[in-house]
Amino acid sequence: MDDIAKPDRLLEKLAVDLRQLLEERQIEDPLMVGIHTGGVWIASALHTKLGLPRPLATLDISFYRDDFSRIGMNPKVKPSSLPPQVEDKHIILVDDVLQTGRTIRAAMNEIFDYGRPASISLVCLVDRSGRELPIQADLVGQHLQLGPEQHIKLSGPEPLAFVVT
Amino acid sequence: MIGQDSWNIQLDSNGRLKHFLTIEGLGSQILTEILDTAESFANVNEQRMKKVPLLRGKTIVNLFFEASTRTRTTFELAAKRLSADILNINISTSATSKGESLLDTLQNLQAMLCDMFIVRHCDSGAAHFIAGNVAPHISVINAGDGRHAHPTQAMLDIFTIRRNKGHDFGRLRVAIVGDILHSRVARSQIHALNTLNTGDVRVIAPKTLLPTDIEDMGVTVFNDLQTGIRDADVVIMLRLQKERMQGALLPSEHEYYSLYGLTEERLSAAKADVIVMHPGPINRGVEIESRVADGNRSVILDQVTYGISVRMAVMSMVLGRQPEPNESGAH
Repeated sequence: MDDIAKPDRLLEKLAVDLRQLLEERQIEDPLMVGIHTGGVWIASALHTKLGLPRPLATLDISFYRDDFSRIGMNPKVKPSSLPPQVEDKHIILVDDVLQTGRTIRAAMNEIFDYGRPASISLVCLVDRSGRELPIQADLVGQHLQLGPEQHIKLSGPEPLAFVVT
Repeated sequence: MIGQDSWNIQLDSNGRLKHFLTIEGLGSQILTEILDTAESFANVNEQRMKKVPLLRGKTIVNLFFEASTRTRTTFELAAKRLSADILNINISTSATSKGESLLDTLQNLQAMLCDMFIVRHCDSGAAHFIAGNVAPHISVINAGDGRHAHPTQAMLDIFTIRRNKGHDFGRLRVAIVGDILHSRVARSQIHALNTLNTGDVRVIAPKTLLPTDIEDMGVTVFNDLQTGIRDADVVIMLRLQKERMQGALLPSEHEYYSLYGLTEERLSAAKADVIVMHPGPINRGVEIESRVADGNRSVILDQVTYGISVRMAVMSMVLGRQPEPNESGAH
């Protein structure tokens, strides 16, 4: 398996890349949205590094999962905090690990229940193998080839660290 | 009809909630899971977008053999906010038309490929009877049966208490006032409060409105309102069912109010931060003074709001279970 960089180093890189991406796409006032739980840690760090004026929003996609009828109810779902102005906003969606793409699918469904954003860009700390949907990130901290039996998880928020099992 | 093991049919072989018929026999773990899940849905209900796609494609039937507005509509709203389809069937019927005709009704509804029945009936044990006679993939929720149980009402009451008084029920004194004898709400509340180890559960009523074995349920009995609500953290008023007056259980509404009506003055015996609850509908000037019902210690309308979240929680827990092999009727 490849070596995994420290999350803090990947965050530095992502902050630089994201600043450049926003410039290229001429996005001046993005709405950053972190997906609970790890994605919120990453989004919060990026939000600070870039000094974004618009407050950070969060999403818990548990009620939008497609495996509800197989795994049942997660009793402790954190509140989503999307602001009233999703309509026509440029959204930067942030998650820690991108694997199947199902979480991102659910997050986009939830966002569209609130309105029609102008665009959504996806930023992930790690993009690992195992995609099941046609979803890809715009910015990735590090790509990893992992077998289906291998798992990577982010622990945090202080300090951020990867746990591979 | 309500046998010794009857509540066991509520749980599947993995100990997960399959039907919700009574609080009796359920442990604090399941009750806490319902409350925590309801907390998640309360967050959804406080947002602009109040609907989630969780139960898309599920069909729920509100099967009401007895009139109800609050309970029926909050179940309906809960189902809709979970994206389930819901049918409302109101069957005005006499107590005698159970037996054959009830089973026929059930079979017809099953033929419509439903997933859940929400049942209200004037006979104690009706929800158990239906749960025992439906196809294995159908879940039943008791929305009130006779004098027996009204578990979702009890859970929304507990949820209201927890939101106002925190998670430690051990330090709470809860007083339930009024017609305990005929109240399925009181019975379910007492079971839930005791399961969650509430410090002091009291019932306050005239002797004629108390079941004889009430102390066996683990409550302290008071016949005097003033003494009973002293230092209470929570006062739950019950509706005085006027139809009971004819059974000579009570002299008159006026006399009942003079002895058991909750007034601002009487409420001063309770703790300063007491909350006042009532399952509704309220009889102003019969069991509760308007000033109390509309006052700043009343959480009566919060109970209605929380009822939606609690019912969403129970529906999603029950319908979110992995079906077991013997529930092969599932589709």
